[in-house]
Amino acid sequence: MDLSAEVRDGALVIRVHEDRIDAASAIDFKDRMREAIRDPAPVVVLDLSRVAFLDSSGLGAVVAVMKLLAPRKLELAALSPTVAKVFRLTRMDSVFTIHPEAPR
Amino acid sequence: MTTETRLTIPGNPHAVHEALRGLAEGALSGLAEAERNTAQIVLAEVLNNIVEHAYAEQGGGIDLLLWVEAGGLRCVVTDRGAPMPSGRLPKGRSPHPGDLPQGGFGWFLIRSLARDLRYRRAEGRNELSFCLPS
Repeated sequence: MDLSAEVRDGALVIRVHEDRIDAASAIDFKDRMREAIRDPAPVVVLDLSRVAFLDSSGLGAVVAVMKLLAPRKLELAALSPTVAKVFRLTRMDSVFTIHPEAPR
Repeated sequence: MTTETRLTIPGNPHAVHEALRGLAEGALSGLAEAERNTAQIVLAEVLNNIVEHAYAEQGGGIDLLLWVEAGGLRCVVTDRGAPMPSGRLPKGRSPHPGDLPQGGFGWFLIRSLARDLRYRRAEGRNELSFCLPS
């Protein structure tokens, strides 16, 4: 799982360079995120623009990262239609701040 | 998708990942985007459950049969793993978002999106059939 991170306007923006976060990649995603969030920025924005698909394992991994990061905040950006659908159906869109686009 | 699609995959997360990618780019590519997305979500949850529970991560074959029928995409998924607990499909209650759940969404998603769910255990096989409305 390839991630890239940069600080923009005080937020750590982490982009996922993978088109799927699923049962096959959820553990790897969590491990890579654990390394990426060592940067002490108070807000982390997860840029999901390149992620076309996320299943419930992927959703669980994003929630796990949110808990790892607490009390710092995990926000999400640029959800594809399928990813947005999973967050909406499970109502997990209610626990994240979701930005329509990634910070530029 | 004009005819039926049949495939057999090994029951592990990597094979499920590859099969869904293949279906999205192949047999499901002719469906409307929303329908294709729904099919991927439901099939992922059904297949992951078989890998994790029916086969308890010990592997085994999974057969998929898909065809377009009046009303949507019919999917029949068969495995030779353990039967459903109590011989019935899980109710799939939605976990509460405020509890920050890290799992338990699978059957909720399947039941939210699939119609006409039927489960049958016969001759050591689990057969799950459902329709994804178009």
